[in-house]
Amino acid sequence: MQAAKKNMATKTESATTQTSPSTSNSLVSIRSVAKNFGKNIVLRDISLEIAEGEFLTILGESGSGKTTLLRILAGFEHPTSGEVWMSNERLDTQPPYRRRVNTVFQSYALFPHMTVEQNVGYGLSIAKRPAAEIEQRVSEALAKVKMSAYAKSKPSKISGGQQQRIALARALVNRPQVLLLDEPLSALDANLRREMQVELKALQREVGITFIFVTHDQEEAMVMSDRIALLRSGELEQVASPREIYSRPATSYTAQFIGHTNLLHADVLNGTAMCDRLTWPTTIADGEALFSLRPESIRIARIAPPAIGQQKAEPSIRFRATLRDQVFHGATELLRVECAGGLLLTIRTASRDLPKGPLEFEFNAADAVPVRATRLGSNAPDSASKDSASKDSSSVNSSSTDSKPKDFKVQDSNTEVASPKFIKSVKKESA
Amino acid sequence: MNGSPLWLKAHALLVFAFLYLPIAILILYSFNGQGVGGFPPRDLTLNWYRILFNDAAIWDSVLNSLLVAASAMFIALLFGIPAALALDRANFPGKALFRRLVLLPLILPGIITGLSLLMLFRVSNVKLSLLTIILGHGTALISVATTEAFAGLQKLNRAQEEASLDLGATYWQTFWRITVPNLKLSIIGAALLIFTLSMDEIAVSFFLIGRDNTLPLEIWGRLRRGITPEINAISTIIFMFSLAAIVLWYRLRTRAEVTSEIAAELVETAGS
Repeated sequence: MQAAKKNMATKTESATTQTSPSTSNSLVSIRSVAKNFGKNIVLRDISLEIAEGEFLTILGESGSGKTTLLRILAGFEHPTSGEVWMSNERLDTQPPYRRRVNTVFQSYALFPHMTVEQNVGYGLSIAKRPAAEIEQRVSEALAKVKMSAYAKSKPSKISGGQQQRIALARALVNRPQVLLLDEPLSALDANLRREMQVELKALQREVGITFIFVTHDQEEAMVMSDRIALLRSGELEQVASPREIYSRPATSYTAQFIGHTNLLHADVLNGTAMCDRLTWPTTIADGEALFSLRPESIRIARIAPPAIGQQKAEPSIRFRATLRDQVFHGATELLRVECAGGLLLTIRTASRDLPKGPLEFEFNAADAVPVRATRLGSNAPDSASKDSASKDSSSVNSSSTDSKPKDFKVQDSNTEVASPKFIKSVKKESA
Repeated sequence: MNGSPLWLKAHALLVFAFLYLPIAILILYSFNGQGVGGFPPRDLTLNWYRILFNDAAIWDSVLNSLLVAASAMFIALLFGIPAALALDRANFPGKALFRRLVLLPLILPGIITGLSLLMLFRVSNVKLSLLTIILGHGTALISVATTEAFAGLQKLNRAQEEASLDLGATYWQTFWRITVPNLKLSIIGAALLIFTLSMDEIAVSFFLIGRDNTLPLEIWGRLRRGITPEINAISTIIFMFSLAAIVLWYRLRTRAEVTSEIAAELVETAGS
């Protein structure tokens, strides 16, 4: 009860931003679901509508509660508070075997004492379907996952990727209303995983069943999903389409977790944001604000002004910076540059040779997306450049006298390493 | 093997002889026309076997032992498997203690188990008979059933049971169609082990015996009147049956393609 009250309290300050689909075609409705294991709060106040035929990915780091949420949908866990509804029926009070929901388990969980065929037919035989129907549906399901040749094999005789297809067939053959997938691709090697991502998405379109897919891999989520629900420490951080969640992240955590970004801590005054010596127009209210600027949004400015008509409405912000480091990634290249004021930025460009020395860069003001600072004890650096850098300037000073780190992570670019020059300039400004 | 020093090979041979020479002699002398005395055995004969087959008392005791072993196996499995399920799945106060205590009858000397059961039966005015032996063996061997089944449950992937529930099977259906088949080897292993342990049990039986003898007690009783090659003959037959059981079990195990330590353990135990 105590915990339930706490959850109510956190509700008001919940970071959830939802672009909820029209409730009319909502199939699964998760309503204020919370889950505690003893004193350990795993999920707090999760509300989510999932549409029929949708491919929704629940994305989160390990320990974010994503698997618990899936297990609540499957019926292996009961929510501490809140309700789950499916097609206007209460779902969370039903035992797992009465739910029209099937699961593909992370470990596949095939039955070792049965053949592939018997595994796939298990649900139908439990439902006491006629033998002829079972046989037909099993062979159809096996054909759909291209495993017909292995009908008589035992699961121990086939490879991991094949087992995964069987697990998929075993679930789909029952024609569930919702298919739950618990990191089913995580055990496969990288190439097979990419192949299966495309195949899974195609299969979902073909059968039209709602897929709820759990993963910690943001790339996987981007490739397959209609919508992504990002979980952080048991709370929904943001729910949006892959495009939207990438281009309009609501919080600094989202911006950093999905793709890479530069987080700019700026002061906004009269519609102008100012971070170090960079300024750009913005529409948000005055005060301190955090902006996410994707590395690929920054371009190397051409000598000639951009073609007329192309960027008329978009004011582009130009700035000079010195190239500090360059990491080759094949098709693209990550540049780490230092602006005149000492601000460090990461830029992603098409691979090319660049002269060392001052270069001119530009970005569109609209690409600097205002994000809410993520609260609570996150281990990711959330408040960017100025604050954290100036607060522990001494430690930064002593630890990173080398202004050209050999390798770097983009997310950390603004916080972890700052050149002494940068700190000086910050101090000057804040004085 | 070829590169190993000679003394290691000799040592292996010696250990092997130490283990199997007594059994070889036992078998050999069951065919000895001169009785148990004399070396080397002379006048090979099947006469002792002929006498054995006409010995009603021996065969009664064999039937008694089979009945006791089968019943004890049934009782031990009936109570032992649910206890293993409780240990694996349920949470109850005193679980850790229960887990240790359930092993106690296995470690306890048979004399103590036998004596305490005898006193219990005396107090409750139960007449000693084969039934008391069955109850005695059954309770003493529950721990074997529990530990074997528990080991099997620990190896079972719980996701399989969840998958079964997920596919529409109730808890009961899941138990019979997923849990039990996965435990099959553990259960067969436990059953064979209990059966063999009960078959050659003397200490507990000695206290609880009524009018009807079990085979080990019958043999023991006869030995007091001197060794006859008839005893060698019945021992040889028992040995052959044990061997057959081990081979059968081993083939079953390889067919199931499960590398089970229990099986190996059992082969060792049954072979000793």
